Amino acid sequence: MSAATTRVFVPVDAAALSVGAEAVACAIAAEAAARGLCVDIVRTGSRGMLWLEPLVEVEVAGRRIAYGPVAAGDVAALFDGDFLAGGAHPLHLGPTDALAWMPRQERFTFARVGVTDPLSLADYRAQGGLAGLTRALAMAPAEIVEAVRASGLRGRGGAGFPTGIKWKTVLAAEAERKYIVCNADEGDSGTFADRMLMEGDPFVLIEGMAIAAVAVGATQGYIYVRSEYPHAARTLRRAIVAAERGGVLGASVLGSPHAFRLEVRVGAGAYICGEETSLLESLEGKRAIVRAKPPLPALAGLFGQPTVVNNVLSLASVPWILAHGAEAYAGVGMGRSRGTMPVQLAGNVRRGGLIELAFGVSLRTLVEGFGGGTLTGRPVRAVQVGGPLGAYLPEHLLDTPLDYEALAAVGGMLGHGGIVVFDDRVDMAHQARFAFAFCAKESCGKCTPCRIGAVRGAETMDRIIAGEDRPANIDVLRDLSHLMTDASLCAMGGLTPMPVMSALTHFPEDFDPPALSAAAE
Amino acid sequence: MGGYAPWNADVAQQLVARLSGLEGAMLPVLHALQEEFGYIDSAAVPLIADALNVSRAEVHGAITFYDDFREGPPPARIIKLCRAEACQALGCESLVAELARSRGIVVDQHGAADLVVETVYCLGNCALGPAALVGDQLIGRLDAPRLMALCDGAAPARVQELPPGAAGRAAP
Repeated sequence: MSAATTRVFVPVDAAALSVGAEAVACAIAAEAAARGLCVDIVRTGSRGMLWLEPLVEVEVAGRRIAYGPVAAGDVAALFDGDFLAGGAHPLHLGPTDALAWMPRQERFTFARVGVTDPLSLADYRAQGGLAGLTRALAMAPAEIVEAVRASGLRGRGGAGFPTGIKWKTVLAAEAERKYIVCNADEGDSGTFADRMLMEGDPFVLIEGMAIAAVAVGATQGYIYVRSEYPHAARTLRRAIVAAERGGVLGASVLGSPHAFRLEVRVGAGAYICGEETSLLESLEGKRAIVRAKPPLPALAGLFGQPTVVNNVLSLASVPWILAHGAEAYAGVGMGRSRGTMPVQLAGNVRRGGLIELAFGVSLRTLVEGFGGGTLTGRPVRAVQVGGPLGAYLPEHLLDTPLDYEALAAVGGMLGHGGIVVFDDRVDMAHQARFAFAFCAKESCGKCTPCRIGAVRGAETMDRIIAGEDRPANIDVLRDLSHLMTDASLCAMGGLTPMPVMSALTHFPEDFDPPALSAAAE
Repeated sequence: MGGYAPWNADVAQQLVARLSGLEGAMLPVLHALQEEFGYIDSAAVPLIADALNVSRAEVHGAITFYDDFREGPPPARIIKLCRAEACQALGCESLVAELARSRGIVVDQHGAADLVVETVYCLGNCALGPAALVGDQLIGRLDAPRLMALCDGAAPARVQELPPGAAGRAAP
């Protein structure tokens, strides 16, 4: 034990664990013990370069040197190559902050993810945490709300509604009890930013919710996490305990007169709970049936009380805004999309992961530049942006900038910022059918256009795929899509036509029976 | 997975009583019962209804609305296989076909089998798909041999022990 202790960082993020990070951490501990070397293994979130996971970092002269992807079987050779001193090895990647993905990003919300120990409040403070909440406590509630409004922050869950306006409504509402509800029911395929944030820096979400509570006068908060995220729920629960012990949560938020208590609630496998009113029903202990609006949740939300319902990323952006100022946040981005967006690159992509960038970057830069094209090496045929209710965009629309309005202008939506890449083997008629089938499976059943329309849509797609009276069935498809868009109660039925119609518009050849039968031969 | 306590009304009563003071206690209560017994016994319905001051229909309604809640004892082993778009882009449907072809396993078919493979829509591992969840263990870059090993009862962690340097690099 003569040598100085070397800090080694191994992610505890679920994606890193899914490819063996736990075994790697164990192997490093065992190998160090066998060689009589002192290592301090710090478990962190993921840096977001998921194709490099498990990504192991070693602190050498104050700088982190990355190795990856590391398998447990590589560990002995890493020690042989003196990786504790940043030594050479085929998996040596160089300083983490200089890796191709990192310098080009603007990490506001994800500044600490992959850097700090997610459960160390001391680490959090040392890296700038709680500066936003401290500042907020010195401001009047209306000033906090105005700062959030002036930052231009819009709901990152998908709808893009200005967060400050929502808060203002709740602040103005008079009630005995108000709530802050975090929508962590991240059900969209291709999205994992909420999960990575909750696992990698839970305190920033807790701080954001505390700021919201102080701003609108709420005393109780809930984080509604989907049950498919057991790691995130566990991390949040531990972080809440640490925050209570550290005086961030409880009867007095950081010594102020504000009380704020926070609790994790776990969903039960219903995609619809990502819709805010259905999430509130679920939190109240009911079947998650969508509510008609009005009344807005801001006025009559959880248990009928004024409630802020925000996505994880919206709430987690607030500490940065308060700490650095609304102008600094609004100073990046394009058009009416201000600040940064954590983009998630997923599906058939060579380099997948999370990239936080100012709005305005093109899909092509993301998919081809950051992503390096498809994992299979085949041409990109389609990307689905914004989850299962988002549009399928063809290659020629990849120059569209990442921006709420620009994506809407090409018939798509940003959603929660997920981009799923498909190669040239994708069958878009089958993807369209899946969109309906998914809606049929996950519809809450309250409104007819969604409940019945989704089933009829899947049946119609079956006929089109089978080559039955294609022109007439495509007319039915269009008519049904119009109806679902116009008449559904919420985005589930209202947006299911988006992937369907975008597939039909951009890939009509896949809806053409001769082409299908030719492909089958 | 497995290792659940057999249904016991007294234990259930205690669990319900412990949680019934929570705001919106229904889901926490249902989760707690399922974690204890592996499913929610029909005998729990009146207990919950009494404790939460709701009708039995409302309890039944909640249990049946959410996919997670089971009304009968679970199979010994459950593999949740993601079949959402990002995993589709990496061929999860070929894994479904392979299960049927080589093992005769029909996804989502619950019978007397010890093993059930269930569809799940998104596990948040969309950059490292295809993905599956076994217990609380997430598995990335799933391929047919590893899925078959999981079906044979291999521990997920052991399945993750790949040859040197192979982690995260396997192409579908």
